[in-house]
This record gives sequence, structure tokens and C-alpha cells, in this order.
Amino acid sequence: MTPMRGLLAYGAYVPYARLDRKSIAEALGAPAGSGTRAVAAYDEDTTSMGVEAARTALRGARTTPELLYFATSDPAYLDKTNANAIHAALDLPASAMAVDVAGSVRSAAGALRAALDARAPALAVLSDIRSGLPGGGDEKDGGDAAVAFLVGEGDVLAERIGHASLTAEFLDRWRVPGDAYSRQWEERFGEFAYVPLGEGALVEALKHAGITAQTVDHLIVAGPHGRSNRRVAASAGTRKDAVVDDRTAVIGNTGAAHAGLLLADVLDRAQAEQIIAVVSLADGADVTLWRTTAAIGGRGARSTVAAQLTSPGRISYATFLTWRGVIRREPPRRPDPQPPDAPAAARAEAWKYAFTGSRCQACGARHVPPQRVCVKCHAIDRMTPEPMRDVPASIATFTVDRLAYSMSPPVVVAVVDFEGGGRFQCEMTDVDPKSVKIGDRVELTFRRLYTANGIHNYFWKARPIRGGQD
Amino acid sequence: MASNGIRDRVAIVGMGCTKFAEHWDKSASDLLVDATKEATASAGIDLKMVDAFWLGTLFSGQSGLTLSRPLKIDYKPVSRLENYCATGSEAFRNACYAVASGAYDVAMAIGVEKLKDSGFSGLPNSNSVGDGTRAGLTAPATFSLLAPAYAKKYGVSDEQLKEVMTRIAWKNHKNGALNPRAQFRKEVPKDTIACSPLVAGPLGIFDCSGVSDGSAAAIIVRAEDAHRYTDRPLYVKALSFVAGPAAGPIDPDYDYTTFQEVVASAADAYAQAGIKDARQELAMAEVHDCFTPTELVLMEDLGFAARGTGWKEVLAGTFDLEGELAVNPDGGLKSFGHPIGASGLRMLFECWLQLRGEAGPRQIASVARGRKLALTHNLGGAPGECVSFVSVVGAERS
Repeated sequence: MTPMRGLLAYGAYVPYARLDRKSIAEALGAPAGSGTRAVAAYDEDTTSMGVEAARTALRGARTTPELLYFATSDPAYLDKTNANAIHAALDLPASAMAVDVAGSVRSAAGALRAALDARAPALAVLSDIRSGLPGGGDEKDGGDAAVAFLVGEGDVLAERIGHASLTAEFLDRWRVPGDAYSRQWEERFGEFAYVPLGEGALVEALKHAGITAQTVDHLIVAGPHGRSNRRVAASAGTRKDAVVDDRTAVIGNTGAAHAGLLLADVLDRAQAEQIIAVVSLADGADVTLWRTTAAIGGRGARSTVAAQLTSPGRISYATFLTWRGVIRREPPRRPDPQPPDAPAAARAEAWKYAFTGSRCQACGARHVPPQRVCVKCHAIDRMTPEPMRDVPASIATFTVDRLAYSMSPPVVVAVVDFEGGGRFQCEMTDVDPKSVKIGDRVELTFRRLYTANGIHNYFWKARPIRGGQD
Repeated sequence: MASNGIRDRVAIVGMGCTKFAEHWDKSASDLLVDATKEATASAGIDLKMVDAFWLGTLFSGQSGLTLSRPLKIDYKPVSRLENYCATGSEAFRNACYAVASGAYDVAMAIGVEKLKDSGFSGLPNSNSVGDGTRAGLTAPATFSLLAPAYAKKYGVSDEQLKEVMTRIAWKNHKNGALNPRAQFRKEVPKDTIACSPLVAGPLGIFDCSGVSDGSAAAIIVRAEDAHRYTDRPLYVKALSFVAGPAAGPIDPDYDYTTFQEVVASAADAYAQAGIKDARQELAMAEVHDCFTPTELVLMEDLGFAARGTGWKEVLAGTFDLEGELAVNPDGGLKSFGHPIGASGLRMLFECWLQLRGEAGPRQIASVARGRKLALTHNLGGAPGECVSFVSVVGAERS
């Protein structure tokens, strides 16, 4: 019997910030609906959010991926592989291949399919940021999030029992390289194109799996248009209560991340031996059928999608537009930020991307960043690498810098002491400057500190330990 | 192995100090010429009599040409150096050693900084960010890290600490109001200080030193030659400079309530000068009040107040002009701003005036009563990772 291939682990990341749709309506004087959308902060991009989702997926996983597929419609770089930064932040071995599957929402379905069809353990990271022109549909109905799936053989949480894809060429959403925003044909045409594709692919997949729609416990339909999603769900022939909430009221439609995010959301609460159907509508239709296993009960405590839905991080519409670069605010009278030097960043890869410090073999002292000479016993070159990115810390002292350059002033900086030793001085994020206190517990999060001369400076920040975290 | 010092081997026989200000109409070269003219005139010498030069500047020029070009110095040794905010003091220290070694008869230490041409608030950044992983804190932010740590350790409330910081700024501005060379020459009401817009942590604008341009210079000769130039020379009693291991930001044992580098350089300087109780023996101290919490912590690190009591001593007026030990009688960085290369020598200039009885309305009474020693202190860097300089000069050769 061949070993079962399927999902070994998964992780989802919904950013901290929420934009109230009403605030768009108030600013622009036009209706924008109710609810909120999730917003990647000024210091996040699809790569950094992908790291956060993948960290959750790999936490406690016994399998190391040999392939990493990163899918997004909004890559931070072109002509440079974004997956490499994720690979580095996860401290994956150099022998693991990392590639981007970039450009469209369907890239995500392709990345997950490639991971499932691969012959080696593979990690699919699906991440997206959805922006639109002020007052447009993408702005209010879009959302930002990431999700990651570790695929391999062994003690899987869910196995793929069937799948089908249909491809068709038609113009629904598009963006010319260099443009900031996508455009879209009218929704009713999208509906005309997508509904038969979704219905057809679902029928094919059910046939492939040898099951009926009635046996589906959870039906996920993700796509660019609410109308076509609802019609595909209604005609699927599943039980009514099988259709899952698409979470768009709270976080918006997260593009390339969305089908995966909803799958993670279902896996968070699914029982063993349940069937999950995922229909992803994007330039065609991709359907995957999953059956959970007994191992789903052992998925462990983690940052669930549901736990990440609610967040105190409300931002104003002006802040949202500033973070998105629509409003250029007056900078402080300070020198512009300088890009990191490529050779220096390459030398520091383990430190900069994976937050690996060092531990003195002579006296055990931890060093963050890594040192060659021990700060305690002065032993020279007796260090071993010490992974620190998952070690919680507490604030020793802090300040709120109102003079330093930032896309979102003021800058909060804390000196943090790690549990078990080691200290570092770093920026804080996802934090209310007024609430910071000595002794507060924090955790690390991978961020894009700033972009200068077209170079993204990725590094780690501290944030208050998130609720619902293990 | 020891730090032996050069107590009483060299003397200062002339000094110059420009007004510290936004000198929109003067270049760094102009300021260097101004300070040099005043220093040589003060020593009663021609520039040609100076055998070697040490120029301190962090941003305003590189190499000895920065000084030799504007002054047309003919084929003499000119060293340009920097050591963060202790740059001016470091120029002085090296010039003193050169004379003490016998290599030269007459040396000049000079510092300059032209900050106002950058157009920035605060100091410009240094060059490259390297791998881009260091938190890009501004100077006020790094020093503001002291405030919550000190308050927590000694049970001082946020309100009390703000009162202490405010009083330090108020005292230094009060002193500076009496000083014609200061950038700011006005007393500032405590309310104005306490309510000024926040810059970093609890630090308002008035908790930060200003940004100015300036230059200061000293002429140094062998102690035995000093009376050929002036009947009231200052003798160099101690020069101590230390660089710490910069361990504070990576060592959890550092608690952000002290500068260990200052403690070390003060102990070294007091040993060189034979000082047992600095608070009782010094007439005055010019200390590095870049930000008000810095001066608070320095009172303890320099041994002027017991640990955890500095804040009470500040409130009690111990360090006022008329207090037990006058600290920053010239108005400090608070009133002068901080043109990096010049500040250490500007501090020394106040010692020169005070110990010679030339400080006018700022004259410290204890000098007449027999206190003949003065201290200058600089630090550069940030809490937990700095360089520190302490000098002691005296009006008498023992």
C-alpha cells in the first residue's frame, strides 16, 4: 500500500489591522457596505505574511519541506524569487528548492496542486494583498492574508481524494505589469463565465473521488464574485449547512490566499473522516476534495483563523491610504532610510532572515545577534547557531520615537529579553504606543522594515503576544 | 600594566571658543579660523609657534587638510580624529599626550562641527546600514530608554521623573542665560519645558540639547613652560577615555540606569588626579547633558550622588550654580547645542574661565573659597554601548 499523501500541517495568518468599510463611506461620501477588511500593515507584504503563515504551519512539524512554492498576485519583487526570503526565514536547507508561482489568483491553486503532485515533501505558501482605487470594489471588498500548507506523506491531517480543473480563456480581472490596481469586466459576465466552470469541475472531482455531493461536510467556494460563488454553492447539491461562511464580512476577499484560508478555517474545526470540497474560481475552476483523518484531532493548539478574525487593530481610512502609498505624507526632517548592502545582508542571512543568534559553548550565554566573542566569558569562536525566532521575550525598557522616519509614526522600540537568555533591541509593531509597559511579553514577527531604492529591507520586529496563540 | 596618567605634566595656556549658534553665515572653515584666532591670542602666541595640531570633527571634514587649508598651516602635523560625541575631548587628550611625550613644545587641540547645513532635525545618520538589522533609533530615543528603566528601578513615578528632567533643563537654561556664547540665552519656565512637544518617550523638545554650529580650541604646553605664556594656566590632572564592549543592547544584565563606561572612566580619572571625593573636591563639572535623563544618570555615575538618589539631589538644587557642586555652569549642551567636535573643548573653556575667575555673572563662589579643580565629561554612543571621556584640570600644580 502506498503511503498516504496529503496535508501534514497548515498555518494561517490574518494581519492585525482592520479597516471599517464605513470609514471609506464617510471619507468618500459613497456607500461602501458594512463590516471590515483585513489590512496588511505598512511593514508587511505578501512575502512577510507568507513567512508568518508558514512559521505556524511548520511549528512542531516533523517533516522538512524539500520544495517551497510561493503564490501571490502581488509579488514584492519581480525578476527576483520572493520564495527565497521565506525559505531563509524558515531556515530551510539550501537543498530545498524555492520558487514563485506568481501573478494571478490562480497561482495559488497551481502552487497547492504542484505541492500535492510532487514526489517530495512540499510547502505551498499562498499570500495576497488586495488593493483597489479609492472607492472601488477591490478596496472595500478585498482583504490581505496568507496561508501555508505542508504536503507530504505519513500522518496526514487530510488526504486529497479527488480533484478536477477546468481552464478557459476569458477576460475577468487583469492588471498590466507596473499598474498599481487591477481592473475587472462587469460582474455579470464573470458570473456567466465562472458558474458553469465551477459546477463542471465539482462534478468531475466528485466523480473522480467516487462520492456524491451529499457526502460533503464542508463546501468552500472562493472566487472573485460573490454572485457566482453563491450560485455555484447553491447548485452543488450538498447539504445546505455544508456551505461555509466565506469570512469576507470581516477580512474581505483575500485573493490568492482565500480558498486556502477558508480550507484552514474548516480544518481548524473539522472532525475526523469528514469531506471538504474546495472550489476555487480564478481564470477557470479548480476543485480539490479532502477527507480528514483521525490525525486531525492532534493538530494541536494553534493560531486559528477564527481566533485571528477579531482584532483590536482598527485603522483610519487616512492611515490605510497612507500605508498603501496613495497618500504621501510629509516626512520628518531626517535622512531618508538607506537600503541594506547586498553583501552585508547575504553574509548575515541566518541572522537577518531566520533570526538565528549564537550560543557560547564555553559558558552557555546566548547572543542576539550572533557574536564571535562571548559577551560574558570572552571566549573566542566557541559559538554554535541558536535559533531565536520562536523564543518569547519580555520588555526590559522601551521608547516611543517621534522623530525617526516611519511610514506609520511614531516608532516604538523595545529592548527585549528572551526567555532563557539573550537580549535584543528592536522595533515593535501591531502595538498601541500608549499601552507598552516594562515586563510586557512579546514575540517575534517577520516584517518589511522599509523599502529604499527599490530594495525591501526584511527583518524581525517584536509584537505583543497574540491572543489565541499556543 | 596601568593607567598612569600625566598629572601636572602639561598645561593649557590659551583657549578660544566661538559663540555656538545657527551660523548660517559661517562655514566650518570660518569657525575654525575664529576659534584659532582667539586661542592663539589668548596664549599670546603666533600660529607659527604651534608645532602640531589635533582636529576633532565627526561630520565636518576629513583629514588634517580640514584645518590646514583654511589656516594655511605650513607643513606641520595635523591629525583629524573622531570618537563620537567625545570627539573634541579626544583631540584634547591626544594633543596633551604629544606634549607630555616631549615630541612637541606647543600643540593645539581644536574641535568643530557644522551641523546646521544638513537641514535635518537632530544629527545626520552615519554611513551604511550594513545588513539593515539595527533598529534605526534617533539619539533622543536611545537616551530615552533610560527614563522608564530608572523610574522602575528606584520607584520614581512618571510624574516625579518628568519633574526631575524638567529641573535639569531649567537649571541649564538658567545658567546659559548668563553666557554670551550660548546658543540659547533665555531662562525657560518649568511649565514650558514640561509641556513641550514629545520627541521620544517622556522627552520633550526641551529635554534635548539643541543643534548648533561652533568651534573651540586649546593651546597646550609643558607644565614647566606654562608661565611663559600666562600667569594663570590650567594644569591637566587627569585624562581618561574608555570604549565599552557595547554589551548593553545584547546583555540582559545591563539595566539601562547607568553608563558603565562613565563609571570606569571616572574611576580612572579620579585615581590619576588623586581625587577621593569628587563632590567635595571639585569646584564644578561640565557633563554631557545631551538629554536630561543623561545628566540625571551621570550624577550617579560620576559619583556626585549615591545610586538611586540623583533624582532627589537634582530636585534639592545640589547641582545648581549656587549649589554644593555646580554642574554645567555654562549652560551645558542644553544651552549650547551640540556641535560634536567642539563640545568637549567648549566644556574645557568653561573650566578655563571659572578656575581663572573670569566667568563673570556665572562665577562659582567655591573657586574663591579654594576649590581649584574642575571636571569635564563627554560620552558618545547610546546607553549600554558608548565611549566616555573624563578630564580633570586644576588651577594649581601640586
